[in-house]
Amino acid sequence: MERREGISKLLGRELYIDDVPMDRGLWGATVRSPSPRGRIREVRFSPDVNWDEFVVVDHRDIPGENHVWLIESDQPVLAADSVRHVHEPVVLLAHHSREMVHRAVRSVEVIVDPAPPVLDFRLPPGADGIQHGTDNVFSHIVIRKGDVDAALADAPVVIEGTYETGAQEHVYLENQGMVAWIDGDVVVVKGSLQCPYYVHAALTHGLGRAEDRVRVIQSPTGGGFGGKEEYPSVLALHVALLALKAGAPVKMIYDRPEDMAATTKRHPAWIRHRTGVDLDGRLLAQAVEVVFDGGAYVTLSPVVLSRGLIHAGGPYACDNVRIDGRAVLTNSVPFGAFRGFGAPQTIFAVERQMDKIAEELGMDPVELRRMNLIREGQSTATGQIIRDGADRLEVLDRALDLSAYREKQEEHARFNAAHEDLRRGVGLSTYFHGAGFTGGGEVHLSSVAKVEARPDGRIEVLTSNIEMGQGTLTIFTQIASESLGLEPDDVVIAEADTFRVPNSGPTVASRTVMVVGRLIEKACADLVAKLGDSDLRGPDLKQAIVDWYRKHSGGVLDGAARYEPPPGTSWDEDSYRGDAYGAFAWGACVVEVEVDLRTLGTRVLDVVAVQEVGKVLNELLARGQIQGGVVQAIGWALMEECVWSDGAMVNNQLTNYMIPTSDDVPPIRVDFLEAPYAHGTGGAKGIGELPVDGPAPAVAAAIEAATGTHPRVIPVTPERLMELYDGA
Amino acid sequence: MRVLMPDTLEEAYGMLAAEPLTPVAGGTDLLAHWPGNHDARKRAYLDLSGVSGLRFMHWGDEALTLGGLTTYSDVIWDSRVVEEFPLLADAGGQVGSIQIQARGTWAGNIANGSPAADGVPVLMAYDAVVVLGSEEGDQEVLLADFYLGYKKMRLRAHQLIRAIRLPRREYDFQRFVKVGARNAQAITKIGVALTRSEERWRVVVNSMAPTVRRCPALEAMLDEDRPVSGPEDLLTAIREDLAPIDDIRSTAAYREKTLARVLYFDLKGVCPSFA
Repeated sequence: MERREGISKLLGRELYIDDVPMDRGLWGATVRSPSPRGRIREVRFSPDVNWDEFVVVDHRDIPGENHVWLIESDQPVLAADSVRHVHEPVVLLAHHSREMVHRAVRSVEVIVDPAPPVLDFRLPPGADGIQHGTDNVFSHIVIRKGDVDAALADAPVVIEGTYETGAQEHVYLENQGMVAWIDGDVVVVKGSLQCPYYVHAALTHGLGRAEDRVRVIQSPTGGGFGGKEEYPSVLALHVALLALKAGAPVKMIYDRPEDMAATTKRHPAWIRHRTGVDLDGRLLAQAVEVVFDGGAYVTLSPVVLSRGLIHAGGPYACDNVRIDGRAVLTNSVPFGAFRGFGAPQTIFAVERQMDKIAEELGMDPVELRRMNLIREGQSTATGQIIRDGADRLEVLDRALDLSAYREKQEEHARFNAAHEDLRRGVGLSTYFHGAGFTGGGEVHLSSVAKVEARPDGRIEVLTSNIEMGQGTLTIFTQIASESLGLEPDDVVIAEADTFRVPNSGPTVASRTVMVVGRLIEKACADLVAKLGDSDLRGPDLKQAIVDWYRKHSGGVLDGAARYEPPPGTSWDEDSYRGDAYGAFAWGACVVEVEVDLRTLGTRVLDVVAVQEVGKVLNELLARGQIQGGVVQAIGWALMEECVWSDGAMVNNQLTNYMIPTSDDVPPIRVDFLEAPYAHGTGGAKGIGELPVDGPAPAVAAAIEAATGTHPRVIPVTPERLMELYDGA
Repeated sequence: MRVLMPDTLEEAYGMLAAEPLTPVAGGTDLLAHWPGNHDARKRAYLDLSGVSGLRFMHWGDEALTLGGLTTYSDVIWDSRVVEEFPLLADAGGQVGSIQIQARGTWAGNIANGSPAADGVPVLMAYDAVVVLGSEEGDQEVLLADFYLGYKKMRLRAHQLIRAIRLPRREYDFQRFVKVGARNAQAITKIGVALTRSEERWRVVVNSMAPTVRRCPALEAMLDEDRPVSGPEDLLTAIREDLAPIDDIRSTAAYREKTLARVLYFDLKGVCPSFA
């Protein structure tokens, strides 16, 4: 099946938001805080600029509540009297000239009386640093299973390790951008975003408008990776405020330096493990402490933390587990959603800890994992019993076979002996990822998908789930056409416009195919049932639709479905016990590296990623998801490093924030095992985030095998590795 | 913003003599900083791309001469250059991206004056001479003497780099090593060009001082066959020759150590004094 938007992207015909012409509109720009923390004493407008030409908006122009609607109401739309991070938005400007408005930003000075900032999330804040509650802790969650203290006390061996992961920038190809205009009494915002209804809710709250007086439309979106999950709500509020005050359309497009400096990143993490094992390597107790840097405001940190903690024990069976995690405030740009949503951080730590355990016990890391991987009927840290028919050992063995893991180890011993300045090594990780919202999240979302028949017999699919490069349009077309026996061209996917599509939830959490795809299947069945014959398919169905419209002039034949949780699942939010996710996908990754001892630079020679994701619905798209995720994880593991000053990223250009090029990644070999999931579309589980979880620890393990160093902090830049190597 | 577009070299010299202009050849350095650089839009530019007769490679008996508009690609794809001056192709092929290599010029790389310039170390290691043209006539400066400090050079406002001349010699060792944060499209953290001709070494390093520069202390160690038993034996000379800093791309310590290791491992089989 052809990719739906493929040709228009290939030919450059796809109109991203910055490509939409703006004839009579204004350009917006943002004046930001220069300071990490303090009270705003004055906002000074330079007398050298004729401000009458500009539309100027500050916090006094906000008709609704001055906060960005999300989990908590702490983040202002525009700072009123104090700031909590560098680049915090304070004033908005609009002008008919794009050039002039950007120049004018430099003519507005925000003068801040500084207060001491909190910049290191690993340290407890001093009394003068408290800015949230009594301790700057945004969220504190503890997962408990069995009796960890007793098990640690009785364990023959207790192994400790501390691990750290850095922030990561999304580097979506298309920067953040939005247009707003007024249509009668409706504020319309169109732009690059993942979650139309998040933006819609933020606008109704911030603008103080009724739901039907706010309309949000997604424009073709050039990548998101979580970076367009919550941040677009901020930009949408800004552009709408300017448009309301100007009474004209306003466009705001961040350039790359502004985008990298002012928007969210992956949460930096500090994680400590204490693991009790018996002499054979069986896990007896896992005590895990997790700290995530939340940045200046709560945003999504509590839910990122939650997912991180649920995955912090790894895909292993252990009877005694305590995972204690906090997300804390610093005076940095807020950290936010990023593909994997906390799990890549905690999985990096547990996988490195498994390698440490293996080394200290003198065990093979493969055998240690094989012994502890969850078997059917065993349970995760939250007590979720796994009985999904997936063979986690087979996933591991397939990765070992495909990568020739054992043969490579022997080959490397010979290679390393023959080379003075090159070292090769191979590393492994096993991991899992829960798909969909955590716990009762999907029930709470209560997503709805719709399908509508057209008089010519075609079917339109209406959801709020969006295409951002991952293939939503194609897979939704495939799901609808296959379930109705129609040709792909008989299926139309509606634009994600809140005036037309129901709220099927955000395009996040690996939920699009597994959760929303299933709703589309059910909505299709609902529509067919209305024709009186549930077996209608293909040309017969088309004919029946045409006939229906002949008989029902002015009517609409449609179908709808609302989310229902899989039977027998239960989750208790207070105790953090139960079925955290409808399904987990399982993975194993083998990475081979070569380290140049002259530069301590690491080159990835080979990657094998094997996963069990339920039924693979579209193998080409699925492989693309895995390969892209692996590349993103290799970048995070080796080179992607945010350089900070006063809580602001200072290497905010693509020349100085390095992501891998095609010359930095080898062909990535992907294989799937399939154990169909009864409650996912056609047996599918989630796939989007799993591939980011495994490669980083496998890269670190391969470097360890190559060099004898013990990387516990990523990215393992050459600078960091040289310190480890020379210190070793 | 004003852009002047001369057709001939004489016309260009005249325009340069009349007012301060920023010469532009391939435009790659200008473009990289264009979006956020509002001051760049106020300047006046001299667009050299239409000047005829400036893009050439001329082989004389004594020297190869590159024109002021000769690009990296021109050199990379020329088999004769690859054979006789292989480091030009090595370095040119590691500058920016393929698009940059197609537009970027050797003369522009010199005139931009970046300490991280990838084209300059290899030219300097081949003892290149910069030919500066103006209404007053030509002036020749050895590239090794061209830089005076960070972005400061022996190039007056009315002069253009008209050509670059490389003496033709026999070399028995030539190497260029670029260390960047990734394998392609990276700004150099440490770069070194090494040549040996008639028992004399040239060691030229970029990204480790305010300018690309030759390293006399290292060259003396090599010329005099002083014993080197490990990378650390090179550190004193490296510190004498260079002044690396901590910046957003790397650290001074990493740069020093890595240069020492690259020199040690790459010269070990070449210099008998390296144990």
